[in-house]
Amino acid sequence: MEVTEEMIKHVAILSRLEFKADELGEFTSQMGDIINMANQLAEVDTTGVAETAQVVDRDTTFRDDVPEHWQDRDTMMKNVPEKANGFIKVPVIIDKDDND
Amino acid sequence: MNYLKETIDSLNKQLASGELSAEKLTTDTVANIKATDKQLNAWITVYDAAKPAADLDFAKNRLAGIPIAIKDNIVIDGMRTTAASHILDNFVPVYDATVITKLRAAQATFVGKTNMDEFAMGSSTEHSYFGATHNPWNLDKVPGGSSGGSAAAVASGQVVAALGSDTGGSIRQPAAFNGIFGIKPTYGRVSRWGLIAFGSSLDQIGVMSKRVRDSAEVLNVISGYDEHDSTVSEKAVPDFTEFLDQDVKGLRVAVPREYMSDSVDAGVRTAVEHEIDVLRQAGAIINEVSLPHTKYVVPTYYIIASSEASSNLQRFDGIRYGYRAKDAKNLLDVYVKSRSEGFGEEVKRRIMLGSFTLSAGSYDAFFRQAAKVRTLICDDFDQIFADNDVILGPTTTTTAFGIGEEISDPLKMYNNDILTISANLAGLPAASVPAGLTGGMPVGLQIMAKRFDEGNVFKVADFIERQNKFYEAKPAGMED
Repeated sequence: MEVTEEMIKHVAILSRLEFKADELGEFTSQMGDIINMANQLAEVDTTGVAETAQVVDRDTTFRDDVPEHWQDRDTMMKNVPEKANGFIKVPVIIDKDDND
Repeated sequence: MNYLKETIDSLNKQLASGELSAEKLTTDTVANIKATDKQLNAWITVYDAAKPAADLDFAKNRLAGIPIAIKDNIVIDGMRTTAASHILDNFVPVYDATVITKLRAAQATFVGKTNMDEFAMGSSTEHSYFGATHNPWNLDKVPGGSSGGSAAAVASGQVVAALGSDTGGSIRQPAAFNGIFGIKPTYGRVSRWGLIAFGSSLDQIGVMSKRVRDSAEVLNVISGYDEHDSTVSEKAVPDFTEFLDQDVKGLRVAVPREYMSDSVDAGVRTAVEHEIDVLRQAGAIINEVSLPHTKYVVPTYYIIASSEASSNLQRFDGIRYGYRAKDAKNLLDVYVKSRSEGFGEEVKRRIMLGSFTLSAGSYDAFFRQAAKVRTLICDDFDQIFADNDVILGPTTTTTAFGIGEEISDPLKMYNNDILTISANLAGLPAASVPAGLTGGMPVGLQIMAKRFDEGNVFKVADFIERQNKFYEAKPAGMED
């Protein structure tokens, strides 16, 4: 399976990551090796084999829906990088250009 | 304070008799960590203000007043927790992980957080934003990973025991590389609430210590049901120390031929074969078996673990906590720049691999196929455990490698995990116990058992420890 820079750019968008032009070449070749290693699984015959997604010994668990006062707002806001008047500050969500 | 000759029992006795005060133990522990860590870099954060719990009850709580090291992906209320990542280097949790709540109830002392590969992704503790940890047996070698800081801290005598986490071998491989004991319990034995998630169907918190009994004592405290983690079993937790000091007569021991192949270094194989011989002479029944899907465990694991990681690590977006890029001009830019600047290279590789294997067009060929091969791997183990109590083999194919030796070759690094990964895929309890030295570096013997049968793991590990007394050896790499 050939892994191209175009594929890596697409997966980077899905991953919310970006790579500098000079990083992209090395990253593409490393990812190519890793994806080819992963591709070895194609040779295993899994006809009729069920998937294993988890190995726990419990079914879906239920609990009563009891409200509790766990943490106050100041505690929860402690790690927010930028805040004002008890709100989380973020940059503009809609680009100015989008209105043009 | 150096713990090389101490155990939880010896410390508890000294504390209870008043020969040792918990305050002095705490300050001496912090002082020794600070003095010796220039050589090791085993810690990300050391708490100068550490102090023992109030009203210590040494009769009731075996861990009362004893400092336990905590890997830096387990959150402690009010104590910086970074997962060795730039993206969390200013993060101060506002709650305790369940294992911390349980250790607090047992009156253990917290003296700091240990170094690791970023987000537990790695096998060498070189992928840390805070620099690599060095192996106390040879400072030019890696301590293994990802719980390399916890392992080096225990092996060098900075603490008597440490918590680590194990997604594909991250407790057992560093335990092997540092000549200590380390156990990954059954998936579902210990709550993951407050463990920074990597691969949620694989992650498990466990214990590392020089002596087998000390890990049994700590595991007694941290195991059991937790309403915050619905994957924790409701099964009763036995007293793990009851499995110690037993003989192994009649114990059925499987040795997979794939684990003893030529791809394992001759010195490692010889050391492991010697321990198997010791068990045979003590009356254990040794059966050669096959785990036919062993060659597929590395790709299966890297697909599943990276897929789960790419999903788990979506939460790091620079909005509510963690690093936020300075020059972002819109919301998408905050996400992309904060993540690209905040995550290290290996973490980006795993997120990218996971996003790829979960993406449209790749899901069936990669993720779904890996989930099916995982079933075949689990079936291999079920078959062996129908006629055997434990599975033994080396923990790693080599002893600790040199710092810088494998960091630029991700595939070589991934293959380090080939002998440890299966236990995570199948959710089995597994441990590494020292099996002597080769070329001056420690070798680990891996013991796996059926789900929730940590008892047999402890039984074999304790037997091996009593025979080879490896704990008497002092790590050769530390300068006085």
